[in-house]
Amino acid sequence: MLGTSLMLAFREIRRHLMRSFLTTLGIIIGVSAVITMVTLGRGVTADIEEQISSLGSNMFFVFPITGERGQIRPFDERDVDAVREQIAGVKSVAGQIDQSVTAIYNGQDWDTKVEGVSRAFMDARGIEIDQGRLFTDEEESAGANVCIVGPTVVEEMFGAVASPLGERMRLDNVSCQVIGVFASRGNVGGGGDDDNSVFMPLTNVQRRFAGSNNIGYMAVSYDSGYDNTAMIDALVSLLRERRVLLEGQANDFDIVDTAEINETVSSTVGTMTVMVAAIAAISLVVGGVGIMNIMLVSVTERTREIGIRLAIGALAREVRLQFLTEAVVLCCFGGLVGIVLGFVFSVSLSAALGFPFVFDPFINVLSFVISALIGVMFGYFPARRASQLDPIEALRHE
Amino acid sequence: MSEPPIIELRGITKTFGEGAAAFQALKGVDLVVERGDFLAVMGPSGSGKSTTMNILGCLDQPSGGVFKFLGHEVQSLSKDQRSLLRRRYLGFVFQGFNLLARTTAAENVELPLIYRGATRTERRDAALRALDRVGLLPWADHTPAELSGGQQQRVAIARALVTDPEVLLADEPTGNLDSERSVEIMKFMAELNDQGITVLMVTHEPEMADYAKTVVHFKDGLVERSEQSERLALKQGAQG
Ligand SMILES: Nc1ncnc2c1ncn2[C@@H]1O[C@H](COP(=O)(O)OP(=O)(O)OP(=O)(O)O)[C@@H](O)[C@H]1O
Ligand SMILES: [Mg+2]
Repeated sequence: MLGTSLMLAFREIRRHLMRSFLTTLGIIIGVSAVITMVTLGRGVTADIEEQISSLGSNMFFVFPITGERGQIRPFDERDVDAVREQIAGVKSVAGQIDQSVTAIYNGQDWDTKVEGVSRAFMDARGIEIDQGRLFTDEEESAGANVCIVGPTVVEEMFGAVASPLGERMRLDNVSCQVIGVFASRGNVGGGGDDDNSVFMPLTNVQRRFAGSNNIGYMAVSYDSGYDNTAMIDALVSLLRERRVLLEGQANDFDIVDTAEINETVSSTVGTMTVMVAAIAAISLVVGGVGIMNIMLVSVTERTREIGIRLAIGALAREVRLQFLTEAVVLCCFGGLVGIVLGFVFSVSLSAALGFPFVFDPFINVLSFVISALIGVMFGYFPARRASQLDPIEALRHE
Repeated sequence: MSEPPIIELRGITKTFGEGAAAFQALKGVDLVVERGDFLAVMGPSGSGKSTTMNILGCLDQPSGGVFKFLGHEVQSLSKDQRSLLRRRYLGFVFQGFNLLARTTAAENVELPLIYRGATRTERRDAALRALDRVGLLPWADHTPAELSGGQQQRVAIARALVTDPEVLLADEPTGNLDSERSVEIMKFMAELNDQGITVLMVTHEPEMADYAKTVVHFKDGLVERSEQSERLALKQGAQG
């Protein structure tokens, strides 16, 4: 009986291609909108997650902020050592300091910044070497005049030479030899270009550029097995003690946890995705009402046909099933077209907006199931009406 | 005991509407149709011919009286059972052809078989056989819009025949046709009757009624008289 209804439904749809298409338009738009929205949302989330992960995962950034006396008290290497030695779960701690400089090479100037870093820092932040090599222990402890340049610097200053490795450049009035190029670390956002940077051993930058042993911030990477809130508590009390903050005095430093940023941002994007998808879902319901409308019109239009079917012995439930099947088939068809369109839209929009395309099978399956359900829900009423027609009246209908 | 008549109507009444607007279309129709009969139902417009046919076709329920089909009381059957009875025993030919538009002749003829659970090939074969019987095999894949009125009516007859019904009900089957086509259809109905199908047909034209065996005259919702058709009378007169 279902096979018969399917056959009849396909026949009817084929015979009225234009009407069938217009009927399903609402579903097509609804499904493609929902899928596009959710997929874009996933893409944005993935994009942000990637940016955040370029900060390094399972990391704290610890930096000084203005205290109650209105001044900023920087950290130094002893704070770094204290954290390394006294906090359980710390994998590595590294200080960093940076300063704006003008790089000069072969008579060209380029505004960039010098970052005093260590291998530990690069390791903690997950910065990889693209060409050349890392600093050696000796270079780090001696504060040698060697540097690792960022991709932007290579592009801007060393475009003319085959390889920047081994070249000598000047940063303000400090000369250094390029020993490596670091791989692009993606943009964390906030305007600056993180690839426009030159790394030098931390001690060198402290001595030659900053003129002090201060560091700008500490990057603390920790073992994911440890509870981050407990670690933050431990960090806070250690640093308060070291900075002699009395009870009641506010912290003059801040700890940012990348895991927390990650969570906050993805839950915000998640909420937005759900909201936008919900708005798109309304159009699905509107599409369902559209189907019901057309089906009702079609019941009226096909009154005679229904009369004929009833007169030659079709049971009421067979007529009902026929119309219901037709609605469900239309909706499923609309759902499929919507999925294809949604795929096309999300791929092209992701590309246009520069987000990664993240295929979400769940939303595709869900939209399809929902379209079928809409078919059942909004097809039922017209189908019932058709099955309840009086055959004589129906036959007489013009 | 002999076989019960195929159709038996006793004191059938039918009232349309209620209260002041109520109208009694049938006022107690008595009619017995034996298997193998060919009945022509005649009578002035509004005398209740179509109403009676609809009741016979189980499309409508009488307000009172007894309707027995093959000895079974139809009033006691459920709606679905009546549909099944229609499906199993009855073939309909309507005045307005009532073919599905944009649907080929073969598909139109197949229609009743769809509800009998026949397979695709069974349906197609039976439809082509029925179309062949009405001489329309070459037109099997044409839609009603491409057929003449007479051809359309023959498609409608093929549709009524495809299920091998016991009874063929036709309400003014030639009402929309010129006399030449009408004669064609009548000859065909008589042929079917010769093959054993009981035929009930409403007509306004005495020439058409002549093809029947029995002529029933309706008037004001009652059977006025029932007689042998002239053709039969002549035939028997010639024999006797
Ligand atoms: N559904 C209905 N509601 C109200 N009155 C009806 C209905 N159907 C038929 N009638 C009335 O019942 C009477 C008999 O109608 P019926 O159709 O049986 O006549 P008929 O003999 O077939 O006439 P005709 O030769 O014109 O087809 C008519 O007066 C008609 O107006
Ligand atoms: Mg009539």
